[in-house]
Amino acid sequence: MRILIVGGGMGGTILANNLARRLTSELKSGKARITMLSASDKHMYQPGLLYLAVGRMTPDELYRDQASLLEPGIKFHVDPVEEFMLDNNSVKTKSGKTHEYDVMVIATGSRMFPEGVPGMVENAETFYTEETALKMFKRLQSFEGGKVVITVGVPHKCPMAPLEITFMLHDYFKDRGMADKVQLHYTYPIGRVHSLENVAKWAAPEMDKLGIKYDTFFNIKEVDGANKILRSEEGVELKYDLLITIPSHKGMEIVEKNGLGQNGWIPTHRTKLNMEGRENVFICGDTTNIPISKAGSTAHFEADVLGENIAAMVKIGTAVREYDGKVFCFVEAGKDRATYAMFDYQNPPDPKAPTKAVHWFKMAYNKLYWISARGLL
Amino acid sequence: MAEKKIVDGRGSFCPGPLMELIVALKESQVGDELEVLSTDKGSANDIPEWVKKVGHEYIATTESEGVWHITIRKAK
Repeated sequence: MRILIVGGGMGGTILANNLARRLTSELKSGKARITMLSASDKHMYQPGLLYLAVGRMTPDELYRDQASLLEPGIKFHVDPVEEFMLDNNSVKTKSGKTHEYDVMVIATGSRMFPEGVPGMVENAETFYTEETALKMFKRLQSFEGGKVVITVGVPHKCPMAPLEITFMLHDYFKDRGMADKVQLHYTYPIGRVHSLENVAKWAAPEMDKLGIKYDTFFNIKEVDGANKILRSEEGVELKYDLLITIPSHKGMEIVEKNGLGQNGWIPTHRTKLNMEGRENVFICGDTTNIPISKAGSTAHFEADVLGENIAAMVKIGTAVREYDGKVFCFVEAGKDRATYAMFDYQNPPDPKAPTKAVHWFKMAYNKLYWISARGLL
Repeated sequence: MAEKKIVDGRGSFCPGPLMELIVALKESQVGDELEVLSTDKGSANDIPEWVKKVGHEYIATTESEGVWHITIRKAK
């Protein structure tokens, strides 16, 4: 069976390694073949960007060579797909090569899209790329005080990022002795401070305790950079001195360009993870249109299910598991405390009070990630 | 021509049915009807409240076998 994995991010990498281990003998005998096509020879630990933005990590800590993360036996090519020919079970790449498959997994991820809000790119800081995270940190360093507004677009990658950056900014300014010169003002699109009700119940009193103001039902409409005013769809205006945004996201352009899904999100069966209408095309991670968090852990748990299922398809001709919607997210509650949220389609999360122990576990995971990407954790 | 879209937010704790609706509205045309499916009974209050606040048209809410169907129309 020819297995083609499109995308070398967290989901694609964990899946490729998971499959390579399950199919060791099949790869040797030629009964199975795993090929990965990626746009980059580097693999980025994306959650590290949050720390980069507040000066707690440096860019070199975020990268590994993609080839070094992959099990022997996986054919890896830095040659991104340009054309999906689903009816022919094949793709064409940037270099002009054609790859045929029996099973394909699309795990191309998502990208921030601040361009969707007039004035956002020119006037707001964000941290979803290395370049923007470093720019944001330099802006923070030169900030001398005033009102810092945090805005949140939908959909966005990493559902905890809005809260995490807010609490981390609080501690950042406190450490610089500027707590009395900075007013943090958090905004959120729905009627509470986080989409998860139990997380919101924990976070709102934390914000009250720390003197962080918040507005709910706030969906960004436009940024008036000349007057430093933010306007919402709900008709609210907020003045700011420094604007930080969690921008809305889209799937990758190549997905949209090939007509696989509106805004780059591919219609996906929520438990089988196959592309709607296609039995041999599966979707992993941010690329799905499933109504769950766009988070690394989602990609990880989906990759685990797909690894087991595709290996079973090779061995017994059928899938054996269903994805239950499982997501696990750490929540940094500042520079030295954290909690976590774990939930699935049936069970909401029940986050506990933040502790130093969970924060240090998250710090450890920032290093352990590279074991995770190898499919070992 | 106006369309009716289903926004399937069943089992969605995060981002949740209202966030799914906000995303779907961005992808819709003025006049389109959207029916949100939610297994969270809080949606029956949150969604109409937000829809009215923003200026879209709230049409109706029904419940069947633990699933709330909230229908709205994009008005602007």
